[in-house]
Amino acid sequence: MTRPDAVTLAVLRGRLEQIADEMDATLYRSAFNPIIAEARDACHGLYHAETGETLVQGTKGLPIFVGAMAFAVRAVIAKVKDEGGLEPGDTFLFNDPYDGGTHLNDFRLVRPIFRQGKLFCWLASVGHWLDIGGNVPGGFNARATESHQEGVRIPPVKFIARGVMNRDILSILSANSRLPQSNFGDLNGQLNALDLGERRLDGLLDEAGEDTVAAALDAFSEGADALMRAAIAALPDGTYRFDDILDNDGITDEPLAIALDLTVSGETMRLDFSRSSPPCAGPLNIAYSTAVASCYVALKHLFPEVPSNAGCLRPITFVIPETTLLGVKAPKPVGGYTETILRVIGVIFGAIGQADPSRALAGPFGTINALSIAGKRPDGSPFVMFSFFGGGLGASPAGDGLSHANNPISTATMPPAEILEASNPVMVTRWALRPDSAGAGAHRGGLGAIYEFEALTDAEVFLLGERGKGAPFGLRGGKPAALNRFFWQTEDGGEASPPLASKVTGVKLKPGMRVRLETPGGGGFGDPARRDEASLARDLAEGYVTPQGAARDYGKVA
Amino acid sequence: MGDSRMEKGRVVGVDVGGTFTDLFLMDGATGEFRTAKVPSNRGDEAVGFLNGLRVFGAVADLGSIVHGTTVGTNALLERRIARVGLITTEGFRDVLEMRRRDRPKTWGLTGDFTPVIPRHMRREARERVLSDGSIRHAVNPSEVRALGEALLADGAEALAVVFINAYANAANEKAALAALAGLLPPDRLAASHEILPEIREFERTSTTALNACLQPVVGSYLAKLEAALAGEAFAGRFHIVQSNGGVMSTETARRFPVRTALSGPAAGVIAAAAIAAAAGMPDVITGDLGGTSFDVSLVLGGRAELAAQTTIDFGMVIRNPMIEITTIGAGGGSIAAVDAGGMLRVGPESAGSRPGPVAYGAGNMRPTLTDANIVLGRINAEKPIGGALKRLDREAARAAIGREIGDPLGLSPEAAAEAILRVANARMAGAIRLVSIERGHDPGRFALVPFGGGGALHAGALLKEVGLKAALVPRFPGVTSALGCVIADIRHDQVQTFNLALKGLDCGALSARMASEAEAARNVVERAGLPIEGVEIRFEFDMHYLGQTHTVAVPFKVAPAQTFTEEDVRQSFEAAYSQAFSRLLPGIGVKIVNLRTTAIGKRPAFDLAMLAPKAGGTLEAARRGERDVWFDGAFHATPILARLDLPADARIAGPAILEQPDATIVVDPGLVARVDSLGNILLERA
Repeated sequence: MTRPDAVTLAVLRGRLEQIADEMDATLYRSAFNPIIAEARDACHGLYHAETGETLVQGTKGLPIFVGAMAFAVRAVIAKVKDEGGLEPGDTFLFNDPYDGGTHLNDFRLVRPIFRQGKLFCWLASVGHWLDIGGNVPGGFNARATESHQEGVRIPPVKFIARGVMNRDILSILSANSRLPQSNFGDLNGQLNALDLGERRLDGLLDEAGEDTVAAALDAFSEGADALMRAAIAALPDGTYRFDDILDNDGITDEPLAIALDLTVSGETMRLDFSRSSPPCAGPLNIAYSTAVASCYVALKHLFPEVPSNAGCLRPITFVIPETTLLGVKAPKPVGGYTETILRVIGVIFGAIGQADPSRALAGPFGTINALSIAGKRPDGSPFVMFSFFGGGLGASPAGDGLSHANNPISTATMPPAEILEASNPVMVTRWALRPDSAGAGAHRGGLGAIYEFEALTDAEVFLLGERGKGAPFGLRGGKPAALNRFFWQTEDGGEASPPLASKVTGVKLKPGMRVRLETPGGGGFGDPARRDEASLARDLAEGYVTPQGAARDYGKVA
Repeated sequence: MGDSRMEKGRVVGVDVGGTFTDLFLMDGATGEFRTAKVPSNRGDEAVGFLNGLRVFGAVADLGSIVHGTTVGTNALLERRIARVGLITTEGFRDVLEMRRRDRPKTWGLTGDFTPVIPRHMRREARERVLSDGSIRHAVNPSEVRALGEALLADGAEALAVVFINAYANAANEKAALAALAGLLPPDRLAASHEILPEIREFERTSTTALNACLQPVVGSYLAKLEAALAGEAFAGRFHIVQSNGGVMSTETARRFPVRTALSGPAAGVIAAAAIAAAAGMPDVITGDLGGTSFDVSLVLGGRAELAAQTTIDFGMVIRNPMIEITTIGAGGGSIAAVDAGGMLRVGPESAGSRPGPVAYGAGNMRPTLTDANIVLGRINAEKPIGGALKRLDREAARAAIGREIGDPLGLSPEAAAEAILRVANARMAGAIRLVSIERGHDPGRFALVPFGGGGALHAGALLKEVGLKAALVPRFPGVTSALGCVIADIRHDQVQTFNLALKGLDCGALSARMASEAEAARNVVERAGLPIEGVEIRFEFDMHYLGQTHTVAVPFKVAPAQTFTEEDVRQSFEAAYSQAFSRLLPGIGVKIVNLRTTAIGKRPAFDLAMLAPKAGGTLEAARRGERDVWFDGAFHATPILARLDLPADARIAGPAILEQPDATIVVDPGLVARVDSLGNILLERA
């Protein structure tokens, strides 16, 4: 096929991205649970008919899914290859994390798009459902030792056959969730998005022709490949090592290593994670596809000029052995995958920071802090208040890090405290920046936050977090940020913290008792002694840094 | 006095933009109008404002002045704002700085944020209201008073109070305001329930804080204008256009300065909508092509669509109904480049109006969209719009396009310029699709109304590309916003969060609350003091299924105090929900989250026929020779016509270029331009 001209390419790129964006927007607006509607924990795109490679991705979809979706589509392609019977109007549904990445809460819908009787491409939608059974409401069971404790696992199944929905599957899903109504609403939202994407894509193909669009899709991948190669070629050849740790696996209090050897060789790059810890007993493992997806996220943040499609991974080789916690198979638990992928992303930032200081990003706060408070309302109906929490981003040569940001794997916005209170019997007693939480440096990290909740009824609390023992790293002389901390009030009026730092299940609260989460900031960049006087004075005046913090980290006596 | 002058009927609309101040004068008595364009005076906009008015003779002879302004937006972007003290609920002073935990860009983790009120100027008071409106801790007035005094001592020029859940019960905020009374003049004290009694603390805090930060800025700007007008013995009415496209009194503008944020652009949309409706086209998409952006709005049935909020800059959210303006970074100054992957891009990087396109000769060497229009002969290089430059350097533009675009793509400079044009058109077409197809509207029903200086250069291409019905170029595209100031209605919007379950809804109680909301909104409109033919009240509920956090806007067509049933509300909800999404969710509970109340004071209809061409013109007299213009791969000798000299009903087949002092209209091959009886140019397929 000949490459379409520059104008056609630019036009089609815009049109196709618009379709994916519109699918995202449709789901955000019609989803039920705030993790999708507010936190945008969802993603849509177009995928290659034979390889499942990402062709086009919405510009607002959750970054981690951007890399993971191709594996999900591949899982469906494999199933169809084995079983046959793919027809127009089919839609597959599944959440198997070993066959398409991430964790059980993420439900994927994959739909073939036929043109003139031939498979043209796939459309897919993924969204985070609020509850999928398992030992812990909302998932994120910090003590899971196998996937069965994390919730129900659905392999790729044909949920809609030639336009007809299989109600039996719906019943199975309903029976396996604490919040079936919410899941059903989200499922409908995802179907809305696929319906819309299909209509739009058909319209575009009618207008531009299948051959032209297919040739353009190839050209986009080639373009991303070329841009990625150019970016890698600009880095000095060599091997760059960067290691970090996870606090523990939620079962045994021993650190886990995430260790990277990044080798630049001409215009190719090798990411070798062989030195990482072996698979762990708790939920901090990830599958190979999830590991690749997180590398993609890291590279997109470091090289934002490279477009979002599979082409940008072509110059990269991955070494992610099954003997590490980054390449596990079923039924190893993976519910805490967010923590592990944040560490994978971090070590890539660290290694690239050695190769090219101008691209350096010090460690972001690096934990999702999945906190849920669950119980029954006075009227007996169940509630699960569930959210992820923010922290500081790392400093860079460009300046200080952003305070109270979302994680690099996400573009999620925080549910408002007033929405949390209106929907759950809780009262927020503190929603504040956390002084001295940022890593000191010539540029300091962004600040983390302090969130405190008071139960208004009997409730149980669950937390799956990290960075309670290994702090977000600084670069080029910058200091690490503060550690993550979690406290709850005890009946004797004291305060307790989890033995495993940031992971705990089933903490019982009586009305009036509080829990408090203190999140890390981002790491610092450059020697703190080189921070300019005016910036440090402002930090002190605004209370971002306390006088004690200034003395300790900057050697300044206020 | 003001009203009798109004009857004399000399109304002036003044739109102060970044580069030019545009004016439109209508004399209701004689049916005459005039337009004017004078340079704006950035930083002291009052000077340009007054200079503009004087173009029309004695300011004292004017009946009323309606003003569109971007003073507020510019002040926010440049942080030329007041020092404000913020008092919040204990535990929540950082909400303004923590935002909704977002970041500036999806990809890339750099960028910082500085809140409009620094942390040391944000203090906490011990008080608490719960989400059901019950008061857990009452306010301690002496504590609040002490906080206010301390903030004043630290230099606060205004104070704002934002308490958690104040949307559910404003008693604590009211008590706090009472405690602060006397510390500052009343227009320097505000609480969030007065600005936005709606759930979501960040949006409410941000809107309240930005309002407080703007109050002294907009207040002193208005005072300066009023003083200047008084100095000219002006005794008529002076009003301000708001972002919702309605007019408000200066008293209301002082109270709600955030409502001026998109004042000028909103007026443009209002005028475009009115012009199109008069021309028999109630469904249009307006397109304003500026230096850095292309702004698009949807007008349905003559009414502009509204958005619930806008973001002025990262982390600076204003939540208030405003004309929905979708902006993409494709303007005349947008820079064209070929990336390392061989893709041609136009924008979002922009050379703006300073240094501007290569052809301006002000130092920018990277080709822009305007350069492409110049190279292709579409823009007259010898007669630049606005009159600030003598001529444009077409050769420099051609060289830059050849070097930056033509060489890497293997195209001649002209072919490269055409490619730039097509990519830019595709991006603009994307914005039009966004507001039409993406919202379920068939673009074939819509006409494009381009305004601003550049829109009409691309209107023909856009109508072909998106499949629009036609393009309608207003008679004076360059002063559309000023015209909008003259014809906009008076308008006041209110919101109140209710959080009521639909099941078992107490319709009587709700109806009573709606009546009181309507009364309050009506009072604001009537107090504005402009002649109106009547006040229309509109209600809209924000509703959703239990468990959803986003809401659907549900227009609810009842008169204030009219009775209705739960079933009426349900039917309205289901109609709106089905229109927005394909699937209803029977069996799931439904909630009314907010009530939105709008009062519109209808101003006397403006007869657009006064803009029509004078009788006696001929097509021949309008001809201005020809020049080579590039279409579809080659230069064609193309007739040039003086647009304002064209008679009604004139028909010009493309290719042709129609020029006027404030705009250039390109009639592409395959299109025909027709002058309608109101003097608009209608571009249609031949």
